[in-house]
Amino acid sequence: MITFNINDTEVQAEPGWTVLETARQYEIEIPTLCYHEAVSSSGACRLCMVELKDGSWSKLVASCIYPVAEGINVYTETERVKNVRRWVFEMLLAQCPASGEIKQLAAKHGVESTRFSIKDPDEECMVCGLCTRACEEIVGLSAISMVDRGVHKKIGAPFSRPTEVCVACGCCVTICPTGAMRSRIDAVRGIPKITLTPLAV
Amino acid sequence: MFNGNVALKTEVNRLNSHTDLNDFRQQILDSYDPDRPEILVCHGTGCIANGSVELTQALKKACQTMGVDAKIMPGIKSTGCQGLCSKGPLVHIKPHGLFYQRVKAKNAEEIIQKTIIENKPVKHLLYKDPQTGELFHKEEDIPFYKKQKRYVLKNIGKIDPTRIEDKIAVGGYQALAKALTTMTPEQVVEQITKSGLRGRGGAGFPTGRKWQGALKAIEKKGRPVYVVVNGDEGDPGAFMDCAIMEGDPHAVLEGLILGAYALGAEMGYLYIRAEYPIAIKHLQIAMEQAKAYGLLGENILGSDFCFNAQINRGAGAFVCGESTALFTSIEGKAGNPRPKYVRSVEEGLWGRPTVLNNVETWANVPMIVENGADWYANIGVPKSTGTKVFCLVGKVNNVGLVEVPMGTPLAEIVENIGGGLPGGAPFKAVQTGGPSGGCIPYHLKDLPVDFDSLTKAGAMMGSGAMIVMDDRDCVVDVARYFLRFLEEESCGKCLPCRLGLSRMREILDNFSHGCGEEKDIDDLMGLAQAIQDGALCALGSSAPNPCLTTIKFFKDEYIAHVRDQKCPAGVCKDLITYSIDPEACTGCMSCSRQCPQGCISGEKKKPHAIDESACIRCGICMETCKFKAVIVR
Amino acid sequence: MSDQADIIEEIMGRYPGKPEYLIFLLQDVQADCGYISPEAMNLISEHACVPITQAYSVATFYQSFRLEPKGEHEVRVCLGTACHLKGGQRIVEELERKLNISAGDTTEDMMFTLNSVNCVGACALSPVILVDGKYETNITANKIEKILKQINNEHAGYSEGGTNV
Repeated sequence: MITFNINDTEVQAEPGWTVLETARQYEIEIPTLCYHEAVSSSGACRLCMVELKDGSWSKLVASCIYPVAEGINVYTETERVKNVRRWVFEMLLAQCPASGEIKQLAAKHGVESTRFSIKDPDEECMVCGLCTRACEEIVGLSAISMVDRGVHKKIGAPFSRPTEVCVACGCCVTICPTGAMRSRIDAVRGIPKITLTPLAV
Repeated sequence: MFNGNVALKTEVNRLNSHTDLNDFRQQILDSYDPDRPEILVCHGTGCIANGSVELTQALKKACQTMGVDAKIMPGIKSTGCQGLCSKGPLVHIKPHGLFYQRVKAKNAEEIIQKTIIENKPVKHLLYKDPQTGELFHKEEDIPFYKKQKRYVLKNIGKIDPTRIEDKIAVGGYQALAKALTTMTPEQVVEQITKSGLRGRGGAGFPTGRKWQGALKAIEKKGRPVYVVVNGDEGDPGAFMDCAIMEGDPHAVLEGLILGAYALGAEMGYLYIRAEYPIAIKHLQIAMEQAKAYGLLGENILGSDFCFNAQINRGAGAFVCGESTALFTSIEGKAGNPRPKYVRSVEEGLWGRPTVLNNVETWANVPMIVENGADWYANIGVPKSTGTKVFCLVGKVNNVGLVEVPMGTPLAEIVENIGGGLPGGAPFKAVQTGGPSGGCIPYHLKDLPVDFDSLTKAGAMMGSGAMIVMDDRDCVVDVARYFLRFLEEESCGKCLPCRLGLSRMREILDNFSHGCGEEKDIDDLMGLAQAIQDGALCALGSSAPNPCLTTIKFFKDEYIAHVRDQKCPAGVCKDLITYSIDPEACTGCMSCSRQCPQGCISGEKKKPHAIDESACIRCGICMETCKFKAVIVR
Repeated sequence: MSDQADIIEEIMGRYPGKPEYLIFLLQDVQADCGYISPEAMNLISEHACVPITQAYSVATFYQSFRLEPKGEHEVRVCLGTACHLKGGQRIVEELERKLNISAGDTTEDMMFTLNSVNCVGACALSPVILVDGKYETNITANKIEKILKQINNEHAGYSEGGTNV
């Protein structure tokens, strides 16, 4: 067992755990969007940042990928942590204004409005890539992937066309933390050609 | 693997020992006739763009037609970047030691006639001091070169980079031979550590400590271990790694082979930016030649040591200069940095211990091994040893490649070596470190240029771009420029970088449109802090630097944009107006012909006027006017 | 199309079928075919043993890959720092006006593709553009006009010279 501190309280973790896993074990709240225990962590949303301190030295790390180590001092609610969180939430509120999930989580952490302009009022996707990881790691298909880079990065199937690789399992819809995949899956699997007749009652 | 097939023309004998190498070197030196002239034409990117290829052809033709073909040996040489790019194409003639600048193809016959046949200089091609008018015959006397200390650049411009014989003649692969015959791998690592060499790629991590870290990881995990050259020089305004790879590829290769020997690596990779086709070609040739001579591949110099290397061409992504993104790219994937808190010396390429160093860092290794750590540590300042190559560009007279000892004051580089600014005004700021660096204002002109001093000033050594700015350069515009650059070049994975840089740029856009508020400056700083703390990799966490340092040193200019809606430098389009000074205007009509809006009116030989309401502030009139009659406010 | 298939077949023969050669394959196809077609990408991803999504992801991530054919002539405007300070952005705008397209696009007649590039290392001669790989230095609005005119004239010359039957 590895012993260390979160918010000055001693905690214990199995070797190989991350700080986030340990915090969840002890029911210490750290917000996340792009994290899911079923797939590998990617450290994309940065909401799970925590501060490591050692005397006057300190550093922010993403708790979902930071491996536990003996004797470290982790703080989850410092000013620097809250600063990152607040800005990320504000930017998300402007980027994905249609996502109820994001609004809810942001409000829970005290961010209810954004100073940034909204570009697309219908946007829900934050491009965290949880869906692509689920498709690759759980379903084993890779029907969708990250496309492009930088500000243009998005999720999609090759050539923005429906792909036969997709089996319409819905894994991506279930795992999506913002609700964005609900309206996108048709663009990936294609709209089914036949409508099923509902069973007569 | 690589589709630029370069085959050696003649069969060569493998060199199987240090003695073989020395004998071969002697053989090459003996074949040189010191009295036969040699013409070296610069083929750096700048000179090629200025026509040095055509010049070389003209010189060759002139030699033939004027019957001196046999006199020249061994033909006209194309060299790497000779440094003074703004005066190119450059030509160096041995044994006279003459240095010609701004040489055009039409000067070829004159050079052959006067210098080769009559042994006289061509006066109008000599370098003339812009202030004193003094003529300089030799490169080493010109202030630009005289004040430099060229170690890394020593052979660049003096040898033909596509001929390994040229390199061996000037002592190439002597360090490798020395290490293989007289040093253990541990001793090589020890020398590098003791030399104090720090990574030239940006952050300045001690190279020796990196290598030791890799050795420790090997103890734990065993081999294979990989050695990698980071040649993905993407800083806009920086081309020193390009110049090193193009002009002295064997220096990089020998450094890499020494690193492989020190760490016991059998495979190495050279990751080179796609925009540098000549660098790729020259390294490819260098590798083929080194292999043929037994300096690369199996049983190097007859020893048990075997090492192979491969070139990976980048495909256009600045972020691949980041170590973990570079590894993912070599593995054939999109260059996203890895989300891992593990050092790449422990878990790098394919999860194996890996030592990644920048081109210039590798090029420093042979001279350290050859001359010893103590010799090297004496150059520069105690915590930043050796020299650093800089690209001096922007508003400076002598644009080019400059090498100085670490710790040289900024003003020495800009004013003495760079020859100051056109027009003689003091510089406004010098931007170092590219998109991750900062702007150093004039009042810090005596700042010693070394890793720690630059970091303390909020800038960064970066890979070595040094962009000189004058009072016509707007700091808000420069900060915006770098943010826009990084917005496109960010991998887009983590939110602070992907969303944050755009939002910072938007705030600056507002400033340049005259619709910002003073409180936005505080927002910028808060968001910058969140990006520095929150970003996944160094691209993101250093991205706010250009903006933060300009706020720190030029807050007045920011305030002018938001409070007075003025751009003091006259750059931000929405805050400026163009007008014509009727006193200076001669009515030549060239501006009205060029104006894309057709909004300049006036009769011939009478002062013209700009219709402000239709003007799109493209600046073409100002650029066109030969009489400085167009004014921007 | 079959020509392209042959070229791609030949390219695939250059590299072992491993994921690490994906970028090499894409680069060679782009060099020989000018762009990467969906068919080419399918063949390459199969050869390199990666899902097509990975090939597409890689091809859209790196700036040098094109998924559409480019115009006969490519004009690339350097926007490195030195060129930016000396008005590189204005050069882009001027070319956009002259060619009536946005940067990144190709003219309808497939004559010109306009792109910007991050730094070509010819900072001493800024602003710089590359026309079909050839450096044009110290660019001004005047020079742009001359360069475009020259290219257009060459073409007019060819068609007059008679590809017509």
